[in-house]
Amino acid sequence: MDMNSFSPMMPTSPLSMINQIKFEDEPDLKDLFITVDEPESHVTTIETFITYRIITKTSRGEFDSSEFEVRRRYQDFLWLKGKLEEAHPTLIIPPLPEKFIVKGMVERFNDDFIETRRKALHKFLNRIADHPTLTFNEDFKIFLTAQAWELSSHKKQGPGLLSRMGQTVRAVASSMRGVKNRPEEFMEMNNFIELFSQKINLIDKISQRIYKEEREYFDEMKEYGPIHILWSASEEDLVDTLKDVASCIDRCCKATEKRMSGLSEALLPVVHEYVLYSEMLMGVMKRRDQIQAELDSKVEALTYKKTDTDLLPEEIGKLEDKVECANNALKADWERWKQNMQNDIKLAFTDMAEENIHYYEQCLATWESFLTSQTNLHLEETSEDKP
Amino acid sequence: MEQAPPDPERQLQPAPLEPLGCPDAGLGAAVSKEAAGAGEEDSGVDTMTHNNFWLKKIEISVSEAEKRTGRNAMNMQETYTAYLIETRSVEHTDGQSVLTDSLWRRYSEFELLRNYLLVYYPHIVVPPLPEKRAEFVWHKLSADNMDPDFVERRRIGLENFLLRIASHPILCRDKIFYLFLTQEGNWKETVNETGFQLKADSRLKALNATFRVKNPDKRFTDLKHYSDELQSVISHLLRVRARVADRLYGVYKVHGNYGRVFSEWSAIEKEMGDGLQSAGHHMDVYASSIDDILEDEEHYADQLKEYLFYAEALRAVCRKHELMQYDLEMAAQDLASKKQQCEELATGTVRTFSLKGMTTKLFGQETPEQREARIKVLEEQINEGEQQLKSKNLEGREFVKNAWADIERFKEQKNRDLKEALISYAVMQISMCKKGIQVWTNAKECFSKM
Repeated sequence: MDMNSFSPMMPTSPLSMINQIKFEDEPDLKDLFITVDEPESHVTTIETFITYRIITKTSRGEFDSSEFEVRRRYQDFLWLKGKLEEAHPTLIIPPLPEKFIVKGMVERFNDDFIETRRKALHKFLNRIADHPTLTFNEDFKIFLTAQAWELSSHKKQGPGLLSRMGQTVRAVASSMRGVKNRPEEFMEMNNFIELFSQKINLIDKISQRIYKEEREYFDEMKEYGPIHILWSASEEDLVDTLKDVASCIDRCCKATEKRMSGLSEALLPVVHEYVLYSEMLMGVMKRRDQIQAELDSKVEALTYKKTDTDLLPEEIGKLEDKVECANNALKADWERWKQNMQNDIKLAFTDMAEENIHYYEQCLATWESFLTSQTNLHLEETSEDKP
Repeated sequence: MEQAPPDPERQLQPAPLEPLGCPDAGLGAAVSKEAAGAGEEDSGVDTMTHNNFWLKKIEISVSEAEKRTGRNAMNMQETYTAYLIETRSVEHTDGQSVLTDSLWRRYSEFELLRNYLLVYYPHIVVPPLPEKRAEFVWHKLSADNMDPDFVERRRIGLENFLLRIASHPILCRDKIFYLFLTQEGNWKETVNETGFQLKADSRLKALNATFRVKNPDKRFTDLKHYSDELQSVISHLLRVRARVADRLYGVYKVHGNYGRVFSEWSAIEKEMGDGLQSAGHHMDVYASSIDDILEDEEHYADQLKEYLFYAEALRAVCRKHELMQYDLEMAAQDLASKKQQCEELATGTVRTFSLKGMTTKLFGQETPEQREARIKVLEEQINEGEQQLKSKNLEGREFVKNAWADIERFKEQKNRDLKEALISYAVMQISMCKKGIQVWTNAKECFSKM
């Protein structure tokens, strides 16, 4: 990829316009450009893992330099995501690709898997960069710029694993309570998320299935053309016709291959990202509910005078602010997310339709030129026969 | 055997061929050719004018198929399909056709007709029947003989069979064929009365037997190789085609699932809802379009299958030649050995082994009178043998000449038909592509409006 002219706005592959996100901020003032590439395998005595090169170019003042190059592994991305969720529990954090594919026998170091993951990681960072709030997150900056050892030492700070686990347990316990007092608009949001999740999962499965069927069709077609060549060996008078048919079939075969790759670049990653997004959204709802639950339990305590109530009003005040902040943040981000989702889905399916149109147009041209050549031949022959 | 028709002079006009792939095939072959598929109208007319000795023209069609139940030879109830054969004669002047005969036949009667033709015309490449059971099916297609689509395609195949015979310069004149079209009752008895089963050389059916023929006509050996290759390559092609059809079906049908999900999704979307809903509809249209597409392709497969079965007919002619040649060589060998025996008896030298020779050695010499008698017998046999050999030779040469003439005719027919079939395949693909472009263009519009 040309390093001088890249930007997350430019498609990373001819048909993939996965990074075209519209946002309310002025698109012209984009000042942070990130790429993820060059996966590399590292072997140590304990383990083998892949790192990805991350190049950042920026004109922002808070960055020490205008260009950074670092190497990160999947674990590092996980860490970053965790930190972002911690800092902004009710913002819609972009999803990470899965740890490993559960279904199918895909090895962690399979080329296709690595490439798919690389693209998803690239998307992940760019979505953060485009997010009006997350783009200024400190951990994000460190992720993009720190050297390996710097990152390690930075990671060690902050709440440890145990305390984070404790938080999760409390979250699960209190989230149920939060659901009961959920405001109307968040009930609607939750319904939408549930249904959306169902539908997008189905669409993901259907799309994968289509890819699989197209692949199997392609595999059979590959055999089909050559049989006509074989046949032409025993038919003197039909040699040309048979060979022409064979070449038409082969060309349609190639067109199918192109259609398949278009599907896998334009549609599948987008749909899959939104499957992950839907899981993410459910997490966000839970966290919002949990924050509300904290408030509700304090209010309850005050109402029923269960514990020492002196400090409660002050705590409640803080919690009320917290809840209001969280709700507002979510509401704003929700609108933004919905808008992006519509655009992304629309684009992905329009691309798929375009791929199919192109495929059929190519095949049409192939067979039409075959017909023309046959008709021309026929006209030649009949004109020769005329006395 | 009585001739049933009112006009004993009436002859059959060879009806021109209707290509299988043409959707009008079911409506009968009009003599005034207009419904041909892509290509060869002219050659159809040419064939006609060459054979145009006859005064009246006829049209043959297998116009209907009906399920029937009856009792079979073992008095058990069976279900079978009967086919209506209609024969029309076309008036020269105004081109109007009049229905002259109409009767019902079942598949087994067609088989009987063909078996008869094979025996009486061994030098002719006899047109094959459509398959008895559905083969080379892709999984969605039924392998059931009672399936309406299969019955329909078989109806077309049987019509094609009759048209091929009717347009063959020699076969069309056969009386049994004529009676097949006109004599409903008693036809089976009439055929069997010809005694053709007795005439049939059982060795022709023995496919695995090889005859050590020393001097086969090279053209027939080559033809046999060709027919083997033709059979093998068309089988292969049909098998792969069936698999491709299967896969294509899968691709189209899965898209139908989008329709349902889009529709459900549109219920929760305010802005995207309409676009999703209508796009979903187009996905349904796309998914269901494959059924017609593949049904059309079955007709193409049937055209290829006809030539797959023709390979067998070619082999039958080659086989007949082989057998004749074998018989000839055996007869010549037998004659030569008899001549030698005769010579040895006359001169007293024993070079060839014979049982008589052995017994004479063991039990004493025979008398001169006995020897004279034997020589006389042998001389008679030798005379007979020479006559037979002469006539066999003649027969053989006639056979080769006639067979080869028909084979040349067949080759031209095959080249025309296969070319037309391949062209019709291209036409089908074009139609499929146009439908695809239409549907996806509509879908794209819906998506872009979301």
